Amino acid sequence: MMNVETATETVDPAQGSCPAPLTETERVLLGHGSGGQLSASLIRDVIVPALGDATKLAGTDPRGEVHGSGGATETSPLEDAAVLGLGVVDVVVSTDSFVVSPLFFSGGDIGKLAVHGTINDVAMMGGDPLGLSLAFIIEEGFPLEDLRRITASVGEAAREAGVPVVTGDSKVVDRGSADGLFITTTGIGRRLPAARLSAALARPGDAVLLSGPIAQHGVTILSAREGLGFDGDVASDTRPLHRLAAAMLDAAGGSVHVMRDPTRGGLASALNEIAQASEVGVVIDEPAVPVPTPVAAACEMLGLDPLHVANEGCLVAFVDPGDADAVLAAMRSDPAGRQAVRIGEVVADHPGRVTARTLIGAERIVDMLIGEQLPRIC
Amino acid sequence: MKYLDEYRDPALARRLLDELAATATQPWALMEVCGGQTHTLVRQGIDELLPAGMRMIHGPGCPVCVTPLELLDRAMAIAIRPEVIFTSFGDMLRVPGSDTDLLSLKARGADVRVVYSPIDAVRLAQQHPDRQVVFFAVGFETTAPANAMAVLHAAAAGIDNFSLLVSHVLVPPALTAILESETCQVQGFLAAGHVCAVMGWTEYEPIAERYRVPIVVTGFEPLDLLEGILMAVRQLETGRYAVENQYARAVRRDGNRPAQLAVGEVFRITDRAWRGIGTIPTSGLALTDRYAGYDAEQRFDVRDLHAEENASCIAGEILTGTRLPTDCAAYGTRCTPRTPLGAPMVSTEGTCAAFFSAGRTVQDRTLKEMS
Repeated sequence: MMNVETATETVDPAQGSCPAPLTETERVLLGHGSGGQLSASLIRDVIVPALGDATKLAGTDPRGEVHGSGGATETSPLEDAAVLGLGVVDVVVSTDSFVVSPLFFSGGDIGKLAVHGTINDVAMMGGDPLGLSLAFIIEEGFPLEDLRRITASVGEAAREAGVPVVTGDSKVVDRGSADGLFITTTGIGRRLPAARLSAALARPGDAVLLSGPIAQHGVTILSAREGLGFDGDVASDTRPLHRLAAAMLDAAGGSVHVMRDPTRGGLASALNEIAQASEVGVVIDEPAVPVPTPVAAACEMLGLDPLHVANEGCLVAFVDPGDADAVLAAMRSDPAGRQAVRIGEVVADHPGRVTARTLIGAERIVDMLIGEQLPRIC
Repeated sequence: MKYLDEYRDPALARRLLDELAATATQPWALMEVCGGQTHTLVRQGIDELLPAGMRMIHGPGCPVCVTPLELLDRAMAIAIRPEVIFTSFGDMLRVPGSDTDLLSLKARGADVRVVYSPIDAVRLAQQHPDRQVVFFAVGFETTAPANAMAVLHAAAAGIDNFSLLVSHVLVPPALTAILESETCQVQGFLAAGHVCAVMGWTEYEPIAERYRVPIVVTGFEPLDLLEGILMAVRQLETGRYAVENQYARAVRRDGNRPAQLAVGEVFRITDRAWRGIGTIPTSGLALTDRYAGYDAEQRFDVRDLHAEENASCIAGEILTGTRLPTDCAAYGTRCTPRTPLGAPMVSTEGTCAAFFSAGRTVQDRTLKEMS
């Protein structure tokens, strides 16, 4: 991956290359929030260095080196959640902010997302979620009716998931200082005994399993926000994945090496992060990746790659090939994994890269999303 | 909405490839004109499965890539004005001008918005009568009708706080310019299906005749492209040079008359500069005198703003197909989709970006040439 600084490098025209632009390097771009390469560089090049050794204070290690279990580094700043070893129990902690526009969309709303998103981040590290905190940042003038509706939706989602909201906070800011409502949730969970999960644990030979169709959430939000009229045909896939994750761990425990819910940045970015963290290659069979027909059609019209579009209710797992069928069967027996499929495998070749076999049998690289997804002209 | 699975059948694709291998006796070089076609070819890896020696030259059909530096600078000069809401299709926003891009201007406070249709920009103008809404009208003949309709709509509704920054380009003059070039290696063209859906193909008949070059109007799906390539190769193998239509489900010889009439009403033909190529006579569109009031360059007085392209940039040679992205010293190192130095690296339809996102490296090419 390229460093941000190189963008300002002056290119010698005598070398027969193009003129260098002064790409923005000192301000945050929207693309820094896309979940792709820019987001990763914001964390790696700005946030982690500025925190310095504050990520490793005595006693606990928020970056997740698990105390009392051999000291293996199981998580990195780019994992979905941290695992804290407390002696008798390992605790999984994750926090996430939700800034979706519009607040209500087909298949859900910001409240549901805030509950599901954090539960899923805890679950992806093998945590059985125990409770959530809920923080609202509300813009002055926000309709109370909408706030009631969203809070009721938070309650409903928490009840359905069986994960209580145990504490919270609310702040109000001046009109114009926020876009209606922002929500931050933090989740805490107990790590399931069988869970030894990390993005760094994929091994050559592992089967890559996907719990269901991709790209539904991103297309739904885009359609609702821009009034593109696909809303009738598509709905967000937002749903809790902790029961599905637990069923998978139940079926094969230590054979499940990695679990990820590919949210912002899409499946392609999640697979790339895993390939890089584990230093392995990933090969997917592109036609095997399920994309619902209306979603595929919308992506086609807008020039978006479904592999880069956000999801809120599916997971990808890297599983020992010997137990892949058992895990797949366990996935299919859970409502959240009914359409689970095997989409590829891990190879020792091209470490850090993801490739796809295309439908005509050629192979190409699947890259991470860079910044924002920009719809094409024609 | 119906999807396009029937044009993506792997077994049919295999059959077309086999037929192509059985037909081609020479290392033909074809150019696909449109960036959408380049995207499919590279994304599906079609160009890598062609018979040995045969190659696809990627043409200048990415509107984002050929929009001149000068016009980008003018766009940005307009976009930073406080009264302006600057609207554009998404992929124009990351194209580097002389010193910045529209996304970076947005981060610095300019009101830059992505729209999905020029009509959305007219609607914004209606909703914000105190602001000036400018739409960046880029593209080939494909996007011109919708942009013309936006102007007609604004005129009919008396919306005068709407204007277009026009950078429309036309395909046939570009084909002629490529064929006239001394370094031209193109032996046949896949014409852009959607451009022909609007314009038909009568303009291409004299080009095929004069330069004795087969032109096949082709769609954008994998099977469309394979069939278009096969049709062009069959012509080359039998010494024919006609305009043929592979994309019969969308294109008629005369095109779409109402769309042409709307374009003719609002736009006139003019000389246009193409980024990296230079000015091609009668290769673009400008607003007619009747609709000159909707011209953003005039309204915001940016016509004196000039920018010089770096003469050593190889984007021009890439856009005309004489060199490959992997020939460029900056490709994949200093120049990536994240830090584009030239326009073909910006849009996913750009040749350099298509190569990069498919993981094509300089090493791949060297290995292939050695084998």
